[in-house]
Amino acid sequence: MRVALFITCFNDTLFPNVGIATTHLLERLGHTVDFPEAQTCCGQMHFNTGYQRETIPLVRHFVEVFGTAEAIVAPSASCVGMVRDLYSKAAALSADTALVEAVDQLIPRVYELSEFLVKRLGVTDVGAYYPHRVTYHPTCHSLRVLHLGDAPLQLLRAVKGIELVELPNARECCGFGGTFAIKNVDTSLAMLSDKMRCVLDTNAEVLCSADTSCLLHIGGGLHRQRAGVATMHLAEILANTESEAA
Amino acid sequence: MPSKSLPMFPQAAKAALDNSQLRRNLGKATTTIRTKRASVVSELPDWEDLRAAGSAIKAHVMRHLDEYLLQLEAAVQRAGGQVHWARDAAEANRIITGIVRGTGADHVVKVKSLTTDEIHLNKALAAAGIRAIETDLAELIIQLAGETSSHILVPAIHKNRSEIRDLFRRTIAKGEDLTDNPQQLAAAARRYLREQFLSAQVAVSGANFAIAETGTICVVESEGNGRMCLTLPQTLITVMGIEKVLPTFQDFAVFLQLLPRSSTGERMNPYTSLWTGVTPGDGPQTFHLVLLDNGRTNVLADEVGRQALHCIRCSACLNICPVYSRTGGHAYGSVYPGPIGAILTPQLVGVKQAKTLPYASTLCGACYEVCPVKINIPEVLLHLRGEVTRGTSPLNPEALAMRELAHIFANPKRYEQAQGLARHGQGLFMHGGVIDHLPGMLGSWTTARDLAPVPRQSFRDWWRERQKGDQV
Repeated sequence: MRVALFITCFNDTLFPNVGIATTHLLERLGHTVDFPEAQTCCGQMHFNTGYQRETIPLVRHFVEVFGTAEAIVAPSASCVGMVRDLYSKAAALSADTALVEAVDQLIPRVYELSEFLVKRLGVTDVGAYYPHRVTYHPTCHSLRVLHLGDAPLQLLRAVKGIELVELPNARECCGFGGTFAIKNVDTSLAMLSDKMRCVLDTNAEVLCSADTSCLLHIGGGLHRQRAGVATMHLAEILANTESEAA
Repeated sequence: MPSKSLPMFPQAAKAALDNSQLRRNLGKATTTIRTKRASVVSELPDWEDLRAAGSAIKAHVMRHLDEYLLQLEAAVQRAGGQVHWARDAAEANRIITGIVRGTGADHVVKVKSLTTDEIHLNKALAAAGIRAIETDLAELIIQLAGETSSHILVPAIHKNRSEIRDLFRRTIAKGEDLTDNPQQLAAAARRYLREQFLSAQVAVSGANFAIAETGTICVVESEGNGRMCLTLPQTLITVMGIEKVLPTFQDFAVFLQLLPRSSTGERMNPYTSLWTGVTPGDGPQTFHLVLLDNGRTNVLADEVGRQALHCIRCSACLNICPVYSRTGGHAYGSVYPGPIGAILTPQLVGVKQAKTLPYASTLCGACYEVCPVKINIPEVLLHLRGEVTRGTSPLNPEALAMRELAHIFANPKRYEQAQGLARHGQGLFMHGGVIDHLPGMLGSWTTARDLAPVPRQSFRDWWRERQKGDQV
């Protein structure tokens, strides 16, 4: 299949390896990856912080960039959540019926990576190899907006050599919440310290998730404490094979 | 509710987060109730249908609220009750104070009621020389301590038993040899409360539901102290938010299944009291129903926000909320804390007076998942955040930054220039390959979190190189 990669501005700028891993993984599975270079930001931060009218030009831009792509895949549950859950609201705010319609037509073609692999393609074993002790944090958007269920875990369980350990209290938010992490820093840190305790209790070497934004937060806390736990996006683990590191 | 600005959530939360006793009590209580709820909810194969029914009934009631309220009024009057309409807290307090004065009573016993807290009834009664005695054990504890509730369901969640022992020794059990044994504490409260029940001429209650077709009012509770108030005094005054009305007894059956399981995690709560007007020779002989607006019709006028009126005050959203379960209720500065408070309070008092509350959430969505009437709390939070930013000065630093970023992101060229700028500018804040100290608003990030620097090559740079054939 021809896949248009929606890298997200966050991964493009801060986590290019996640995009590289996603590209390698999809190509290894026999798909053709396109990267529409005009893509920028989906507008999630603006919409969620209350600057909803300001997202309208970004929605319009997104629709123009990805217009007719067969499948639009992103290694980010929260950015896909923005498109699926909130783009129609942003489009409605614009009162532009053409935009509303374009968004409606676009939404069913946008997938989060694990969702695309497991639910759309029916693949769980992607031929990955990753001989490490890993725990998985299901992010709020992957659980409660995209309803990914255990799709990411199905993929991880099929990884050769992996030692997957359950994260206690996994469904609870890590405290990132976009601008919440700054606006409500103390509450954010209280949530972070509990999440870090759960991660450390697993004795995992690697914390994995479907959102690098949450990993930036949890990983930033772990690094500050010199906890010695790495953070890794799901795509980075899945891209890893016995012959090639991601 | 007061129209002055509420305290800022981030600062109030910070103070609460430092209270280790509060953190421990809250963590324990919310986890216990949350687990109980999940277990009794999973027993019902039709739980999702019940939620859908509850949501549909409430949406229907809100569309026809005027008709159902008039129907309720007529039914209550037919059954021998009197109905009063109160536009706001002051009017409700005037009505209630007037009724109590008319009986000649100098004190009233109270059933646990958020609505009376919302209108600050106890204060209004005190100003008229009437003593209000809370009879719900936890409400009594916080009343004696001169504090306010921190949880809808367990108002004294922030206190431990030795604090309660000391409090009782100072107040209702003076000179008694009391330990912090919960049974002893409960016995001391019971002795005190029994005297109050037997001597009170007037009781004041809220209402969980009111059934329009019959004029029946319902209060659900656990202790039975509410039942004492509802049956012993000669006069009963019920204050009820106008959104609590239900069309029929059949509708009521849906909510009686939703509420206890969501609230206390019980299949059925111990005491469910229902009364219809007055019954000669049995229970209160005078019944007054005060229907309270106090901002609710404004909420009703907001197409997105009105779903907050569907709330049945179960507190499931509080117990599941990762913010509430750490900060507790006081940080919200309102009778209605937690996720529901974050959407209801700003609508009742005005967004300008409570502009930090819609931001007191990570938008994790756990509240929406457990809400028995499917209130889409994240949706309303976003809606209210929109109102906050529209009411903010365009020169506000955050607004300026956000608008500038939106301008940058709307154009690929500007976006790439900004990426380059971030890469070059970050050197100023890097120590040993890590960003550990950022200036201004972003400084909050680095108080306890390191930041890896922006990599030299963005994904798009890699992609371009690869297209040129330089890289695989």
